[in-house]
Amino acid sequence: MAAYSGGWRSGRRNFGAGAARFLVIGLFVIFVLAPLYWVVITSIKPSSDYLTVPPVWFPAQPTIVHYTAALFSYRGLQGLLNSLIVASASTVLSAAMGTMMAYSLARFNTGGQHLAFWVLSQRFLPPVAIVLPLFLLFRGWGLYDTHFGLIVAYTFMTLPLSVWMMYAYFRQLPKSLEEAALVDGLSRWQAFRMVAVPLAAPGIAATAVFVFIAIWTEFFFALILTSRYAFTLPTVFRAFLGFQGAQYGEACALATTSLVPSIILGILVQRHLVRGLTLGALRG
Amino acid sequence: MASVKIKALHKRFGPVHAVRGIDLDIPDGEFTVLVGPSGCGKSTLLRTIAGLEDADDGDIEIGGEVVNYMRPRDRDVAMVFQDYALYPHMTVFGNISLSLRARRVAKPEIDRRVRQAAGMLGIEPLLGRYPRQLSGGQRQRVAIGRAIVRNPRVFLFDEPLSNLDAQLRDEMRGEIKRLHQEIAATMIYVTHDQIEAMTLADRIVLLREGQIEQQGPPLDLFERPATQFVGGFLGSPKMNFLTGRLERGADGACIDLGEGAPKLALPRGRDPMAADGAGLILGLRPEHIERVAAGPPAEGLVRVEATIELIQPTGSRSYATFRLAGQAVIAELQAHDVSRPGERISVAINLWRAALFDPATRKAL
Repeated sequence: MAAYSGGWRSGRRNFGAGAARFLVIGLFVIFVLAPLYWVVITSIKPSSDYLTVPPVWFPAQPTIVHYTAALFSYRGLQGLLNSLIVASASTVLSAAMGTMMAYSLARFNTGGQHLAFWVLSQRFLPPVAIVLPLFLLFRGWGLYDTHFGLIVAYTFMTLPLSVWMMYAYFRQLPKSLEEAALVDGLSRWQAFRMVAVPLAAPGIAATAVFVFIAIWTEFFFALILTSRYAFTLPTVFRAFLGFQGAQYGEACALATTSLVPSIILGILVQRHLVRGLTLGALRG
Repeated sequence: MASVKIKALHKRFGPVHAVRGIDLDIPDGEFTVLVGPSGCGKSTLLRTIAGLEDADDGDIEIGGEVVNYMRPRDRDVAMVFQDYALYPHMTVFGNISLSLRARRVAKPEIDRRVRQAAGMLGIEPLLGRYPRQLSGGQRQRVAIGRAIVRNPRVFLFDEPLSNLDAQLRDEMRGEIKRLHQEIAATMIYVTHDQIEAMTLADRIVLLREGQIEQQGPPLDLFERPATQFVGGFLGSPKMNFLTGRLERGADGACIDLGEGAPKLALPRGRDPMAADGAGLILGLRPEHIERVAAGPPAEGLVRVEATIELIQPTGSRSYATFRLAGQAVIAELQAHDVSRPGERISVAINLWRAALFDPATRKAL
């Protein structure tokens, strides 16, 4: 750690190394942010500025016309709301059920050695193999093109991810804390709720973020299982590639809009996320 | 407050038979220490009493009631864990009060009892802190506070001091003993440290390979070990074991250790139940060997000439190694009894206090 933080403060000798580090990090930041910048800028360019040579780095007359078109004419706002509803509900369900399942697997060895792996194996199937049967079932059950139907599909689709992330997390939490709680007079459920879950909070936060992002960007299931009513944000993008060419401005406006919730979520749980990803590093 | 009775208890973990038929009767208010080398089943026994492990066979009674099928919370026992097991997301107050909150005790009552328990342990100023802000000794006090606040029928301690440094360990040991005198509760304490066992226990239960090797008051075990294992386990430095042979003559029995050592005449009253010529193991504690001046020793003491090979001074005493019939013996002498290796001195072996074991069964003769 000292070598890192001391880099540009510790005098002339390290100046070269510090400069090199800045250069590498700077290039990486540009590499990551440049496309993002282009998307954001394109979303406020007038249509005539899209494909000019030399490129327009910042439009002389920024416009929000693409936003209004994408959100209202193309029903992007409806898609955004649908996505928020479906992704939030599925994330809560998936993380909650995954946490409980993982706890059971980690603490009671439920299902012996095989159940945990069986859960994971659900993701081995290519989605295209499930989506048609699911489509037929949903039609029969009246779940086609409903929020509820999509929530059910996404919850079960992301459950293996939740279970495995939380399984890994619970296995590295010391058992003796829950044992102390049991001897202290708590029921198993109370020990889970009052001791295990608070300690697993960073893991739950990290799991929720992963699940949310997976659902937020999911296209294929949403395309097949919804049409006019419960369609999600990713499916709206189809409309921008039409017979008359691509609507770059609208696509970029909607893409920019769709980033906002992910960024807010990321900022909210960032502290937990880092701790959750470095699973072993938690010791009170 | 309650007695604890254990009858023919067995516990297996797959192929490992951790507890093999233990019978134990702990009266109300006694401080019992379960001691033994690692893997002897002492922690498993404790966890089975707590209800964290299920017994495979046998009964556990607390206060005359069979608790085998009771959940831990219904057994009304409290446990202090080796790693303290404090809840890191709760303050000291939260840690100590959790059991009362889980039982929905009224708030003012919780407050009163937590403060009383914290007062007993001198941790009242720490109630608002989190475990990570506490030192090892303070954490241990909180763990004990969490146990006493409930006023449980039985206290269980699972190697509570083994994570502390030596000085703190001495201090906390005294604290636990004082606590037992104050609240006079039944306490069962697991340790692998024989000094902890000796200093704390009303009764020591020495376990080996899942069975009770010997139990009784500490000094009984120390002075009259039932087996060679007990003799070797208790005491530091360890009891010396010398192999020899019993010789019966006209004026009583003596031990022949072989070439290079005088025959050790046993005092009357220490004559073992063994035939002439039978092999035996002589168990000598280092403190039962002392330096003597010339002249005939008292009855039961045998004088031998010793060439000191190694000296380990500890301050007030020095451990001196010499050989008796080729077998190494450690003696605990006064610090100034020996000055350098190679010195030749006379020492007296106190055979009144020596232990004799059968080499076949390893049991006391």
